[in-house]
Amino acid sequence: MLAQQLLNGILSGAVYALFALGFTLMFGVLGVINLTYGFYFSTGAFIALYATHYLHMPIWAALPFAAAVTGLIAIVIDELLLGPLRRAKAPELSSLMVTLGATLLLYSLMTAWFTTDIRRFPPAVFDGGAFEIAGLRITLSQILIVATTALIVGALALLLQKTRLGLAVRALAENPDAAQLMGVNAGGIVRLVSFISGALGGAAGVLIGLNYNAIQPYMGEAMMLKGFAVIIVGGLGDIRGAVIAGLVLGLLESVTAGYIASSMKDAVGFLLLVLTLWFRPVGLFGRVAAKRA
Amino acid sequence: MLVRRQFNLLAAAGLGALAFAGPSAVTLARAADPVTIGAVEILTGPNNKYGIAIKNGFDLALDEVNKAGGVLGRPLAIAYEDSAGNKDQAINAVRKLIGAQNVPLILGPTLSNEMFAAGPVANERKVPIVGTSTTANGITAMGPYVFRTSLPEADVVPVTLKTAQQKFGIKKVAVMYANDDAFSKSGYDVMKAALEKLGIETLTTETFGTKDSDFSAQMTKVKSVNPDAIVVSALVEPAAGVLLAKKALGIPASVHVIGGNGLNSPKIGEIAGDAADGTIVGSPWFIGKQDPTNQKFVAAYKAKYGSDPDQFSAQAYDTLFIVAEAIKAAGAPDSEKIKDALIKVKHTGVLGPFSFTPNRDPADTSGVAVLEMKAGKFGLLQ
Repeated sequence: MLAQQLLNGILSGAVYALFALGFTLMFGVLGVINLTYGFYFSTGAFIALYATHYLHMPIWAALPFAAAVTGLIAIVIDELLLGPLRRAKAPELSSLMVTLGATLLLYSLMTAWFTTDIRRFPPAVFDGGAFEIAGLRITLSQILIVATTALIVGALALLLQKTRLGLAVRALAENPDAAQLMGVNAGGIVRLVSFISGALGGAAGVLIGLNYNAIQPYMGEAMMLKGFAVIIVGGLGDIRGAVIAGLVLGLLESVTAGYIASSMKDAVGFLLLVLTLWFRPVGLFGRVAAKRA
Repeated sequence: MLVRRQFNLLAAAGLGALAFAGPSAVTLARAADPVTIGAVEILTGPNNKYGIAIKNGFDLALDEVNKAGGVLGRPLAIAYEDSAGNKDQAINAVRKLIGAQNVPLILGPTLSNEMFAAGPVANERKVPIVGTSTTANGITAMGPYVFRTSLPEADVVPVTLKTAQQKFGIKKVAVMYANDDAFSKSGYDVMKAALEKLGIETLTTETFGTKDSDFSAQMTKVKSVNPDAIVVSALVEPAAGVLLAKKALGIPASVHVIGGNGLNSPKIGEIAGDAADGTIVGSPWFIGKQDPTNQKFVAAYKAKYGSDPDQFSAQAYDTLFIVAEAIKAAGAPDSEKIKDALIKVKHTGVLGPFSFTPNRDPADTSGVAVLEMKAGKFGLLQ
């Protein structure tokens, strides 16, 4: 049972990591705790649902399609909500409050449109087959989640560390004014980061929707709580921290449920959160200069 | 002369008209003056599908009662008030029905929450209030004027478990429930007591949150203890997630999931697909029950409303007959007499044989249908 529980933990950890990546990137570069992020998670799942349902796309096309459309929606929402505040150099609290209000509005609109009924992908979209190796059981959608997460993490790391674009993103995160003086196109980078974050959130939503086969507007809300714990434990704005903290949280949860009590499963993540804030306020992997936090 | 004759004629005609219209008009008015009872249901808002189903059931039965001569030589009528699923509105509706309309009895309200608010009001005014869909614990404990005709989960679950035990020889089970939701928790309490009474061993008890989507850790543990069946108390969404996790972890279909009322919904098949096959639930009523009373009800309902009745319509349909019998037995539309007559009513309707316990709950569970899901549809467990 231990091996299966560890596997469960890695799977849910990969999902937490994938979800937290976009969230932490948004914070790291744009300097805003953007609460609309959970909405992108739900949006991605719904777009993929419609793409497979009405456009009859196969899932390998619907996943990038949903991620890209969600990314574009994220650019628009970010520009509408936070653009004016950025130009006015408004304090961080105003940005947080604006995204809080917008989140409530967006979820209400989504609920009015789709209702809170649970939807599922058409059964033909993805074969729910499973492999059994030495008593360990893993389904195809779980393999897809882990593979996609690994791919995205790798691509993101390459983009940020090895390209000029990544350099510009990092420069903007470090010091927006200095970056702009050095000729970085701040507006363009902000849109790029919004797009990537939205796309990551959307992709996570598609994969989760696929794995648990339950899609409804508020699915992003439950994820946001876990996402918060992960990015704070991992260090706000820290990509590597988000991945590691996501995996740690997933493993801790499944081991707790398996060996202590399933009623403690949700508590353990927040216990980790509180302990981290007590003993290492910048997060497990955060650098001390997390001045935005 | 001419004038006088005309006067006489007029007078005669007038008298004749009076003679004709007078007394018979009075008796006609009397006969047409209905016995009006009140009903408080959710007729608008997000949960109105329950209230509408109940109203349809009442109205269908009302037609039949009146076709058969009504009650006390007068037609029976129902004055509806909308609670919109709101406790305060339910209280106001009950006050209005008792204060302004002087109804001798009230049907409803739809939800247990509303009954907990409105029941004490009716009880204080000594007007019987009869819930047709209120299944929570403690409803009838509110007072001697509070009745219900819906079987509480506490009565349905033991029948389900016992039937499954006999059918599949279940000796040891794993129990799973949502621990953040009052409905799921009270269902769990009932299951725990019933399992102990039937001598079924509980190998492990796992909990989860109603909004969870990942049940793999809990299900892995369930798989490791190798149960004969998995007993689940949850609302339909997390229950579907539990079923999907069961399938994903490769627990065979021969290990049935036995559920409480939350799983008794066609949505479980819509969400979980073939992972829901083999799910066993108990239900106070089932559309496919073959007895003629039930078949006649289903056909009449379809003819009148163009859709299939559900459990709520069926409970409402039976309840109206029960109440009509009580009014007849009481001999007058008087709350006190109706209350005393109601407790003695014996009725056989679409839910099977019905009578009240001394505590005003339904006494008979022999009408409970145990159902199994096959290919996305519930059918009687064969």
